[in-house]
Amino acid sequence: MIFGLTVAFVLVAMVTVAGAMGAAVMRNVVHCALSLTVTFAGLAILFLQLDAQFAGFAQVLVYVGAVAILVVFAILLTRGVGTSLIYVFSKQWTLGLGIAAAVFALLGWAVLKSFPVSGPVAASEVTVKDIGAALMNQYVLPLEITAVLLTVAMIGAVIVAMPEKKVKEGEQ
Amino acid sequence: MNGIWGQLDQIFVTLQHWVAGLFPVWLQPVVATLIAVVGIVAAFPGIFALTTVLERKGLGRIQNRIGPNRVGPLGLFQPIADGIKSLTKEDIVPVSADGLVHFLAPVLLVLAVFLGYATLPVGRNMVLLNMDAGLFFFFAIGASTELSIFMAGWSSRNKYSLLGAMRAVAQMISYEVPLLLSSVVVVMITGSLSTVKIVEAQGGFTGIFPHWYVFTPWGFVGFVLFVTAALAETNRSPFDLPEGESELVAGYFTEYSGFKFALFFLGEYLGMLSIAGFAITLFLGGWGAPFSFLAFLPSWGWFFLKLLAGIGFFIWLRGTMPRLRQDQLMNFAWKFVLPMALLNLVVAGAWRFMGDGWLRWVVSTAVLGGAYVLLGSVLMRRQGIGPRSYRYAE
Repeated sequence: MIFGLTVAFVLVAMVTVAGAMGAAVMRNVVHCALSLTVTFAGLAILFLQLDAQFAGFAQVLVYVGAVAILVVFAILLTRGVGTSLIYVFSKQWTLGLGIAAAVFALLGWAVLKSFPVSGPVAASEVTVKDIGAALMNQYVLPLEITAVLLTVAMIGAVIVAMPEKKVKEGEQ
Repeated sequence: MNGIWGQLDQIFVTLQHWVAGLFPVWLQPVVATLIAVVGIVAAFPGIFALTTVLERKGLGRIQNRIGPNRVGPLGLFQPIADGIKSLTKEDIVPVSADGLVHFLAPVLLVLAVFLGYATLPVGRNMVLLNMDAGLFFFFAIGASTELSIFMAGWSSRNKYSLLGAMRAVAQMISYEVPLLLSSVVVVMITGSLSTVKIVEAQGGFTGIFPHWYVFTPWGFVGFVLFVTAALAETNRSPFDLPEGESELVAGYFTEYSGFKFALFFLGEYLGMLSIAGFAITLFLGGWGAPFSFLAFLPSWGWFFLKLLAGIGFFIWLRGTMPRLRQDQLMNFAWKFVLPMALLNLVVAGAWRFMGDGWLRWVVSTAVLGGAYVLLGSVLMRRQGIGPRSYRYAE
């Protein structure tokens, strides 16, 4: 145990952070996308370490299975393969460093503030059944709004991809 | 279950506990898991080898030829010859190919496919990981295989590979939703995502007939949709446009040779076996016997018999049906399979709440049959298929 964290957690965290760094630093854009996928997988393993089975598997199914594919498709369909950047690091890197440090400080403060005062609390066992019951009883409105959002997205995709109606030759 | 048949049923479990018992107590869980993993790694590639021979002989017979018959009796040692060939072939990597991604793609595929076997209940008490969300684990891992296919196609720096990879990924994504929806029906009725509970829920018998989900209207439709989507997910005929030899050379594994090609082959067939195994678990009663008087035979024997029947069906389908074109494939997925899967969900819900009796059978069958006929006729009307016409060269 290092700083109260297990070895497994430290290893997975290092892999996740390495993937995220790779996604920011690598020259080839598709390599960046694949490195981001490693980050997603690392996050899924972290969820599983916290005994959140549903969240972990949903992370793999949605992020690795769908979002990563979406990212690589978007890269391939919008830019040429093999064009690598000349400058990997931007010229205004001091400003970027300052903003990143500010965001990190904010997130760190939020996480440290949320530790319970009365010591470690035993985590309650949440099964998939509990998640389902919560979705149907307590969170039914967000569920329905998400469904409407997904339907709108699908209809929008179909409309964008639909071929335009051909103008008749006689008309001008 | 007692007696000699009960012992035979649990023989692998007893073996595992006996070997684990030879080690100190703190090491026993690790050793037990390791033995189960070794069992999976030994059994399923063995079935893969048998499948390759069966496929070549079966396809040969369907196509009115004999198939391989030189190596061993009836050509049964052909997989050994294939293995030696693929190990000794030169591994050609194109100069402009992306080396690391090119190497990692088959590794990732085989890794993901082997992980998927973890929650498959092969027999009574014979599952590697009895997870609360076991079925979800399988589908999540299966979604990762699409990424390896894309990696293979992109890293080869070959237009045919990239085209094949894009087609394959589009096909796999389109059929992922019907695959999940047709399995959600089973989860809904069983009330659990655990594969062990799903098999146990199908374990009862009325008279001599089993309670398998395939014998209910919604289960039958779900089974057909699941098998269709499974064939498309594993790029298997008639959905094998991404790897058809007459279409795209070899699609996304054009630039792979030697052992990496064998790894792709292995990954694809193992994926087919695992998804057939899950179809059996979800709809065909897993390791349960088909008749109550045959329930004394070992559970793992029934599972592998059903798996063999499933493989035979896939091979038969490959030899018989013509290949679907890419747009036909996508039309089929989004316009037919997906609406049927959603309707199946509604019908299964109605089934659950209508209570026991003959009424729910009649209503379910009528709704599903009517929807099938209606949807089919509406979609076929737009195809404009008339009597066959021939065009000859002048």
